[in-house]
Amino acid sequence: MSVTEKPLLSVRDLKKHFPIKGGILGRTQGMVQAVDGVSFDVAPGETLGIVGESGCGKSTTAKLLIGLTERDEGDIALNDKTLGRDMNLRALRRDIQMVFQDSYASLNPRMTILDSVAFGARVQGLDDPMGRARRLMDRVGLSADRFAHRYPHELSGGQRQRVNIARALAMFPKVVVLDEAVSALDKSVEAQVLNLLADLRAELGLTYIFISHDLNVVRYISDRILVMYLGEVVEIAPVDQIWADQAHPYTRSLFSAMPSMDPDNRTEKPPLAGDPPNPIDPPSGCRFHTRCPLAAPVCKSRHPVLAPRVQGSAHWVACHLHDANSGHPEAGKGIPA
Amino acid sequence: MSQTETAIPAQAHRGYWSAVLSRLRRDPVAMACLAVLALLVLSAIFAPWLGLADPYKGSMIARLKPIGTPGYPLGTDEQGRDMLARLIYGGRLTLFIGLMPVVLAFFIGGALGVVAGYVGGVTNTIIMRVVDVFFAFPSVLLAIAISGALGAGVLNSLVSLTIVFIPPVTRVAEAVTSGVRQLDYIDAARSSGASALTVIRVHVIGNVASPVFVYATSLTSVCMILAAGLSFLGIGVRPPEPEWGLMLNTLRSAIYVNPWLAALPGVMIFATSLCLNLLSDGLRSAMNVRD
Repeated sequence: MSVTEKPLLSVRDLKKHFPIKGGILGRTQGMVQAVDGVSFDVAPGETLGIVGESGCGKSTTAKLLIGLTERDEGDIALNDKTLGRDMNLRALRRDIQMVFQDSYASLNPRMTILDSVAFGARVQGLDDPMGRARRLMDRVGLSADRFAHRYPHELSGGQRQRVNIARALAMFPKVVVLDEAVSALDKSVEAQVLNLLADLRAELGLTYIFISHDLNVVRYISDRILVMYLGEVVEIAPVDQIWADQAHPYTRSLFSAMPSMDPDNRTEKPPLAGDPPNPIDPPSGCRFHTRCPLAAPVCKSRHPVLAPRVQGSAHWVACHLHDANSGHPEAGKGIPA
Repeated sequence: MSQTETAIPAQAHRGYWSAVLSRLRRDPVAMACLAVLALLVLSAIFAPWLGLADPYKGSMIARLKPIGTPGYPLGTDEQGRDMLARLIYGGRLTLFIGLMPVVLAFFIGGALGVVAGYVGGVTNTIIMRVVDVFFAFPSVLLAIAISGALGAGVLNSLVSLTIVFIPPVTRVAEAVTSGVRQLDYIDAARSSGASALTVIRVHVIGNVASPVFVYATSLTSVCMILAAGLSFLGIGVRPPEPEWGLMLNTLRSAIYVNPWLAALPGVMIFATSLCLNLLSDGLRSAMNVRD
């Protein structure tokens, strides 16, 4: 979108609505609009951070990317090859891999570490899966000689997450989706794993999609940040820009919810009241208008489009405040501090 | 470093099943049960070569002789047939119709349950609702109904008992599979591009087999008792075939005359099902790599 060079991964209008079955005959009673029209590009070697509160569709987006959940609409293109048209799911899965949050649940308890790491390479028919797995284990900091024949329960959380990273890398993917991959680790281990991820990215030329609710972690590892709200992208911008100036009122409240390190600068009032609205029946117009402190009548009636803040900017936002022609009384002035 | 290097587990290079076997070998209770079961099975198989009396030949004079009578180490039954020979020969039929239906149900029901649990959706609904129909009947009633419709005989008992035990095994397998299906390692395996069959073979079966197997072994005692019940009603094994359940029933009337003798077939059934249960317990803990 705002990437000038040719994107490696390109997602257009991704949609996933989960039906809610109920009643005597199990009829569909409604649709959870988990992901509703998400589009973004990721450049090769870039790390895109995806943030948002729980239930906003971050993980569903991740699962759609790798085809674990079937998408209803939209295109996923990798290297100009569109899934379903120029390439099949199996080919996509060789190039996109995923690391899950729960390091224990994502390893087969009855399989040795080495077998788990080698499984993908074996399935894809790559040569020497075992040797490959051993080298990768060494690379992620787990001596293959010591750990190869252990079972997941014999490892610590950090070690298991290293195994999961090795497993994801066993097919030499281009893109790795990290879905809350470090969230369950304690802080010191989290830092080690983050540094490992950064090293691997540099060494193997990986592209990451890093999903997290921890803004500081996202800032550390990401080049750009994508903010989601109720299944939609509300803002996408390079880390420095969004850190300096959040254009969307939702992003602003998300950032102000971050605990401050400065005792004199405590968060006094709740940045955002209430729960997110029901995604089964999302609000009309801008989905955030029910909780937005700056909402105007137009926000209720018209859906804002994701567009660059100013012409040619890498900072995109979906908010009437930034569209001079939107009809919002404060339009064009930006958000008041 | 050298210290931690030596901390590699001793079973480092062994596979999963050999690790299970070595753990089972260290369990004295399970090994004792295995020995008893092996004795029962081997004596049943090699019964004709053990130099026993004819299990069908009765004697009107030597009826209901107590245990320890010279010439009849375990006494005689109500028709004067040698109890030792009948108990050992009886093991052939009893173990066969006590174990085979469960073995068959384990494979058929297990496969159905794994497919239903893994595929989900309409497939799951079809398989599980059909299973529920069978489940609606008490197992005894269902066994009697099917055996009654098919007629008496060993093979028909086998068929009816298999049908009786498929639904519970399917249910357990389905429940365990859909639990496993939710776990991230299945997602991880799928996302590495493996086909559904590969995922089931490599990741699902290993994690589903042991709970289903343990459940199935616990059904064998029920199965033996059901088979005995069918024989009693005359729609299972027919006299004069020696079969523990049938013997228990025909000796029922002798319980006031010679209670120890009448209890013998029951002792055999009890010992066999106890050993099966204890062995399945041992297997379950041996299959649990975690402890």
